[in-house]
Amino acid sequence: MRHLIIIGSGPAGYTAAIYAARANLEPLVIASSVEFGGELMKTTEVENFPGFPEGIMGPELMTRMQEQAERFGAEIVYDDVVSLELEGPVKRVTLGDGSVHEAHAVIYATGSAYRKLGIPDEERLSGYGVSWCATCDGAFFRQKKVAVIGGGDSALEEATFLTRFADVVYLIHRRDSFRASAAMQERAFADPKIQVIWNNEVAHIYGDEKVTGIGIVNTVDGTETTLDVQGMFVAIGADPRTHLVHGQLDLAPEGTIAVEGRSSKTSLPGVFAAGDVVDPTYKQAATAAGSGVVAALDAEHYLADIADAEKAELVATPR
Amino acid sequence: MSTKAVTDATFADEVLASDKPIMVDFWATWCGPCRAVSPILDKIAEEHADKISIVKLDVDDNPETAMKYGITSIPAMYVFQNGEVVKRVIGAKPKPALEADLAEFLA
Repeated sequence: MRHLIIIGSGPAGYTAAIYAARANLEPLVIASSVEFGGELMKTTEVENFPGFPEGIMGPELMTRMQEQAERFGAEIVYDDVVSLELEGPVKRVTLGDGSVHEAHAVIYATGSAYRKLGIPDEERLSGYGVSWCATCDGAFFRQKKVAVIGGGDSALEEATFLTRFADVVYLIHRRDSFRASAAMQERAFADPKIQVIWNNEVAHIYGDEKVTGIGIVNTVDGTETTLDVQGMFVAIGADPRTHLVHGQLDLAPEGTIAVEGRSSKTSLPGVFAAGDVVDPTYKQAATAAGSGVVAALDAEHYLADIADAEKAELVATPR
Repeated sequence: MSTKAVTDATFADEVLASDKPIMVDFWATWCGPCRAVSPILDKIAEEHADKISIVKLDVDDNPETAMKYGITSIPAMYVFQNGEVVKRVIGAKPKPALEADLAEFLA
């Protein structure tokens, strides 16, 4: 049996792995089969992770974290968790290939999943003009018109990225101001290809085989407008990925996993949570990394305590 | 084993003329999810070599074919049979999910 299994391979998972590996806990990291490295694998330049004054590409940053964790003895498995048994002193993790892994402690750092608009035809046209990944799909919209939906950092980053290819980028936000950082906003406002449309929501997506346009509705006066676009990029945030632990771990009102105070301790002993899955507010690579440190240290203390308890029991019960 | 690459020039001979089902993985070097799904496709190709062939097409180097099939999202994995598209799978997915999508060809 292992000391520790870490589920997730974003900044939280890998940072927890670096700390746990350096503490000789020989962690097993379940990195996912196609989403290893987490959300940063889909970004381009990361300019706000400390230590990289020139910026660093998201995938490059994640590869470095992975190598750093491996250097100290973390073992990484590229598969997906299909089920978890977290109650009791032995935690069981079942993977997509059917293998079962056991450990005394688990760090859960699965991040979040992109939110959908939840409107008709979104699913049907997904991959045919509706996209959640500007870095993957932007190049197919050369000299075309596209819309980006959202008002946070990722929406503005995607809009700016898409100006490399598209002629016009409509940036559609349901409020009259952005949540995004000042640096991102300045860049977007200064870009002649980006047209900001405030106070509007997407109500319809048009197109039989592919997106040919969208219908937007003004949230203030209800007026409808049709925009001729060939692509629509959805960046309206993400929801914590908690489905594997429903019924096992307590959740916070925000939908994130509930943790005790500033710690990573969940409602079950020996189960710790870190990164975006516990954070409804900040959701940065650097805060996720810090949260991974907290989880690794909490897990280390927990494992030391149960080792002490076992020793004490051996002393107390002479053979 | 890594899957074979096809190009605009070889597409008709290698894909459209294939007598067994053949899946084309439309991908690009700058697409993270494409790189993630690539080893999974290699594995499926190896395990089901008698049922289906899998080839890859770099959309940057071969824009003609990518445009002809209206690719706007990658990875896009299209199965061709007798020169026609018979199945479209879009987006990187874990191996069991891809095998479920391809069940009719792997049976």
